[in-house]
Amino acid sequence: MSSIALKHNVSKEGFVLDVDTQIPDRGVTGVFGESGSGKTTLLRCIAGLEGPTGDDTTAVHRRRIGYVFQDAQLFAHLSVKKNIEYGMRRNGGAAISIDEVISLLELRDLLDRSVVGLSGGEAQRVSIARVLCQSPRLILMDEPLSALDERRRNDVLPYLDRLHAESSIPIVYVSHSIDEICRLSDHLLVLDNGKIVAEGDLQATLARTDLPQLGGKNAGTIIEARRMRYDEQFDLTLFDFSGGQLWLPGTSESDAVRLRVTASDVSLTRTAPESSTILNILAASIVEIRAEDTATNLVQLMLGNDLLLARITRRSTHELQLKAGDEVFAQIKSVTIRR
Amino acid sequence: MDFGPLWLSVQLAFTTTAILIVAGAPLAWWLSQTRSKLQPFVQALVAMPIVLPPTVLGFYLLILLGPNGAIGAWWVKVTGDALTFSFVGLVIASCIYSLPFAIQPMQNAFEALPKKNIEAAWTLGASRLDAFLSVAVPLSTRGFISAIVLSFAHTLGEFGVVLMVGGNIPGETRVVSIAIYDHVETLNYAAAHQLSMTLIAFAFVTLFGMFVINRRQLR
Repeated sequence: MSSIALKHNVSKEGFVLDVDTQIPDRGVTGVFGESGSGKTTLLRCIAGLEGPTGDDTTAVHRRRIGYVFQDAQLFAHLSVKKNIEYGMRRNGGAAISIDEVISLLELRDLLDRSVVGLSGGEAQRVSIARVLCQSPRLILMDEPLSALDERRRNDVLPYLDRLHAESSIPIVYVSHSIDEICRLSDHLLVLDNGKIVAEGDLQATLARTDLPQLGGKNAGTIIEARRMRYDEQFDLTLFDFSGGQLWLPGTSESDAVRLRVTASDVSLTRTAPESSTILNILAASIVEIRAEDTATNLVQLMLGNDLLLARITRRSTHELQLKAGDEVFAQIKSVTIRR
Repeated sequence: MDFGPLWLSVQLAFTTTAILIVAGAPLAWWLSQTRSKLQPFVQALVAMPIVLPPTVLGFYLLILLGPNGAIGAWWVKVTGDALTFSFVGLVIASCIYSLPFAIQPMQNAFEALPKKNIEAAWTLGASRLDAFLSVAVPLSTRGFISAIVLSFAHTLGEFGVVLMVGGNIPGETRVVSIAIYDHVETLNYAAAHQLSMTLIAFAFVTLFGMFVINRRQLR
């Protein structure tokens, strides 16, 4: 697998962005960080909207890098269709057919409308279509959902899932929402104060215990699982992953799902409890234990090939005399299906 | 009615407006976008005709455009004609005199455009010029309408500069404002009334039309 080099060093008004790394040239690279960490500046540098200009840099319009802005930035004087065609006309036609894009984002009924009356979610779908039709080599998404309310966000997310599943164009997805990152990305960059503090495979990076940016309420990992069967009597679905099987409430539409398990929903026992209200209790081994603050520890667990995080008190760690290498049981209280 | 001066005024205003919009739009764009230290300097130069008495402009234009002036002498060499007291000379003078009335509405419209909208055009493959023509200009229609109406009306109404640079040659430089002055001087009030009332009606109708259009676009 080849990669895309990102090397950017800019400073403005006291803020310094200093990034030198490589990201995979396929799939979605999530860029996570608090506001002010330099996420948008990084995207603007990649697009050429910021940073050095001159003879040795490629002009913005020749880079063929699609940019999805937070607030769509459609052209108000053009119809939906003309907006979508804007980039296509300027890049010698689309590599994917405009028809495919229109069906992917379900825009057929909107084509002749003016963009002025569109809802936030519709506008964002049009802007994604516009970017796809310019046949970009890379797509940058700058918090594309953050300007939308909860409901509109859920209108757009399924399309991003489809894009992720069906498009071969690499995407850099910037967000301060760990939920969006967990749902959409495969690879993760964590940015803090203009510097990359962590990068790598999504699960492996999420499972790190040494990153305050991925601690606190953000602590948790993801698991890729397969749907096995549905239990009608209790309305539960069984999922299988490398570390065992999990029962989750309700049904699932897709065969392959991504599950999110947050650290505070996992507790540990030395022995398998004989009776517990918790359905999912799996054997695990402790990889490492790290103090999160004066009261709690984050424990990284290995289940099969998958990594989980558990948050436990330091007192429990002491009383159960837990240490790296120990075999334990992980009680997983709740799991959410991320896609 | 004496249509000659009226027709000449319309020709002058039309030519001046056309030149100011085509040449002024890029200047207005530059003024709205640049971070250059020269910006306030150029901005002040552009605004000068608003503040200066027309006689000051007219005086220096007369010198500059005259057969011994820098531009006038060159013009005589190239065409054989003098610039002063000619229609072409009037057009040059009017362009300078009405410049701020064309630049400022366009510049205001360009400044109101979201910067990211233009950046979106760039990332979609539009060059700077392409983005200006395909996004900035069509999104600034109101500014252009104001610029057209104001520079047309302002040119129609000029008097001092025209008198000094153009004089009073029928069919060449005798525009409507000069003609009215002439009629009043010779106590031909009837003719002065006719032309004046025409101008008043015209000024009101165009300004009214502009505000109606601007209001409609606002909604």
